[in-house]
Parts: sequence; C-alpha cells; structure tokens
Amino acid sequence: MIGSLDSSLRHIGHKVVDGVWKLGAIARFSWYVLARSGESARRVQLTLNEIYFSGTLSLIIIIVSGLFVGLVLGLQGYETLKRYGSAEALGTLVALALVRELGPVVSALLFASRAGSAITAKIGIMKSTEQLSAMEMMAVDPFARVLSPIFWGGVISMPLLAAIFSAMGIFGGYLIGVVIIGVDSGAFWSQMQANVDLRDDIWNGVIKSFVFGVAVTLIALFEGYDTPPTAEGVSYAVTRTVVTSALVILALDFVLTSFMFTGV
Amino acid sequence: MKRTTVDLWVGVFVTAGIVALLVLALKVGNATSVSASDGYLVFGNFQNIGGLKPRAPVKSAGVVVGRVEGIAFDDQKFAAKVTMRLSNAYKFPKDTSASILTSGLLGEQYIGLDAGGDTANLKQGDEIKLTQSAVVLEKIIGQFLYGKASEGGGAK
Repeated sequence: MIGSLDSSLRHIGHKVVDGVWKLGAIARFSWYVLARSGESARRVQLTLNEIYFSGTLSLIIIIVSGLFVGLVLGLQGYETLKRYGSAEALGTLVALALVRELGPVVSALLFASRAGSAITAKIGIMKSTEQLSAMEMMAVDPFARVLSPIFWGGVISMPLLAAIFSAMGIFGGYLIGVVIIGVDSGAFWSQMQANVDLRDDIWNGVIKSFVFGVAVTLIALFEGYDTPPTAEGVSYAVTRTVVTSALVILALDFVLTSFMFTGV
Repeated sequence: MKRTTVDLWVGVFVTAGIVALLVLALKVGNATSVSASDGYLVFGNFQNIGGLKPRAPVKSAGVVVGRVEGIAFDDQKFAAKVTMRLSNAYKFPKDTSASILTSGLLGEQYIGLDAGGDTANLKQGDEIKLTQSAVVLEKIIGQFLYGKASEGGGAK
C-alpha cells in the first residue's frame, strides 16, 4: 500500500520535473535559434528554400480547405440568418468568422500537420543519422545552417498562408451566398466592410497567425532536435509535434482572443 | 546573383499572400472609410443611448460622416456623453441635432445628424445641444399598454 503510493508519487514527481526540464530546454533552444538568426539572414537563399518548402508547398491544401470552409460557412450561415430575416449579414458573418478565428487557427492546424510534421521528421533524421554532429565537426553551426532558416521560413509563411486561407474562404462564402443562393451582392460586401475593422479584426488576425507560426515552428524544430536517435523515436517525435502544436494553437488562441476582443 | 526556380515559386507564394492581405484590408475591411485619427471631435449628451456602441457610424442623410469615438456617463447631468469624430470633409451648422436611430428592425444603432440653419459651423470640442435618445422598446410597449388600459377604463 505504502509502496504503491510511494511509487505513484514518485511517478508524478518525475513527470513534473520532466515537464519543467523540457520547458527550460525549449526556452534555451529558442534562444539559440533566435541568436543564430543574424548569421542565417546573411544567407537568404537558405531561408527562401524553407519558405518554398513550408509555404509554397502548403499553398494547395490551404487554398482548397479555405475554399471549402468558406462554402460551408456560407451555407450554414445563410440557413441560420434566414430565420432572423437578416441574410444580408452573411458577408459580415463569413468575414468575421474567417478573419478573426478560422483563418489563423485552421491554417495553423493545417500548417502544423503538413509542414510541422515534415520539419520534425527532417531534423529528427538529421539528428539520428548524426548529420548535425557531422556539421559541428566541420565547424558548421547547425543552428545557423539548418534550424534558424527553417524557423524564419515558417514564421514568414504562416501569416501569408492564413491571409490566403481567409481570402479564399470569403470567396467561397461569396460563391455560395451571392452566386448560388442569391443574396444581394451589394449588401454582402457593404455590410462586411461596415463591420470588419482593419485594426481590430484583420490586423489582430495577422498577429494571431504570426504567434501561431512562431509556436508551431519552434515546437516542430525542438521535437526534431530532442528526439531519441532511433526510427521509433522519430515517429514518436512527429506525433508529439502534431499533438502538441494543435493543443498549443488552441490554448494560445484562447489567450490571444481574450486579450484582443475584450468587451465592446 | 543566380536566380533559381525556388526563387520564382517563393515569389509566387509571397505575392499571393500579400495580395490576399491587401484584399482583406481593402475589400473586406474598412481601410478606405473614415480613418480613426482623421477629423474633429464633437460631443452630445443623451438621456438614453440604448445599444449604441463605440465605432458605430454617424450618418447624415444616410451617408456615413463619422464614427462614435467614445461613450461615457456624466454623473453631473446623469446622462450619457457620446463623443463623435466627424470627417474633416463635412461641416455641420452649430444647431445640428443628433438622434440615435436603428437601421432596420434588428439592425445596429447609429447616430443620425440633421443639419440646422445656423451660419457658424461645429468645431473641435463643440457640443451638439439638440439630442434625441434611443427608442427603447420596453418603454414603447409600456406606454402602449398604459394607453390601452386607460382607454379601457374610460369606456366602462
């Protein structure tokens, strides 16, 4: 009895210490990545390659899912608003939902599963095949050569992807609402423009997606760098990246939203 | 500097992203309408502002001429003090009246300005003296019921 209590307490304590240790390691890791940014900024080509990898190659999935999310919002929004006789507010509904929440959050989730997992797998395999150690042996800093460009590639790509997602979603809402159902086109756009604020809505959405970009890319890099150098370790690390990123995105979204949209 | 195909595709991606941001800012947002710091401030005291909110439009003849800047409670007059920022492009006479109106049955509330006949114009910091409060549905229903009740009492 005492023995099992003792061991379970020990287990909890170990988990807590492990978590705190990991948090500290992430902080130190983030510092290294940021500190080496200057060196990687001098070799723009590396960052461009990473933007291509995590941004351009994610374009298709972002465009297609943005369009479909917009189509669904248009349909569902119309069905609900019609009951209150205010179908003209469809434009406002679609635009606010996308710009404030769905755009940054869904595109960050897609980014985490498409680019984040790939980043973890790449760094994990570089780590387990000792390519990173080999670089250090050749006096090439892996942080400046590999990790920092990936970080900046992700951070630059994320807000752009979220903007494309929102724009495609609004286009999808327009397609369903105006072209197919026949909501008045003028009311759709003018109500949207009257109710969407540049600073409060659009700019805050951009800030959100920037924060998500930093979080997802750092998590992906850290999980890859921290992975045990085995095939199993890499596979666990990739899973952890997607799960942790999703949780962190949603938690951060709540925190940011409560800061940004207070009252009024 | 040698150009690669990666550069081209990154260019396509960044252009698409910036175009999307511009579309959001110009087509979806209200970047083109009265901006936040441009214009002159006037205020008015209302007995009841109903559901008026900061940043609600100020309209005259249906045209947006400004926005509600802030709403505060004046504990000397026991009235709501509404500060409005009007666009510099529009001048209004000093005896302009302001009323709180609703667009549509369930629509948002806005301030409607009706120009008076004074020759002097409103300036920064002026007060709009003639104000009309928001229509509160409960009061109208109350008055209606009261009226009905007194009618019924008279008939008997």
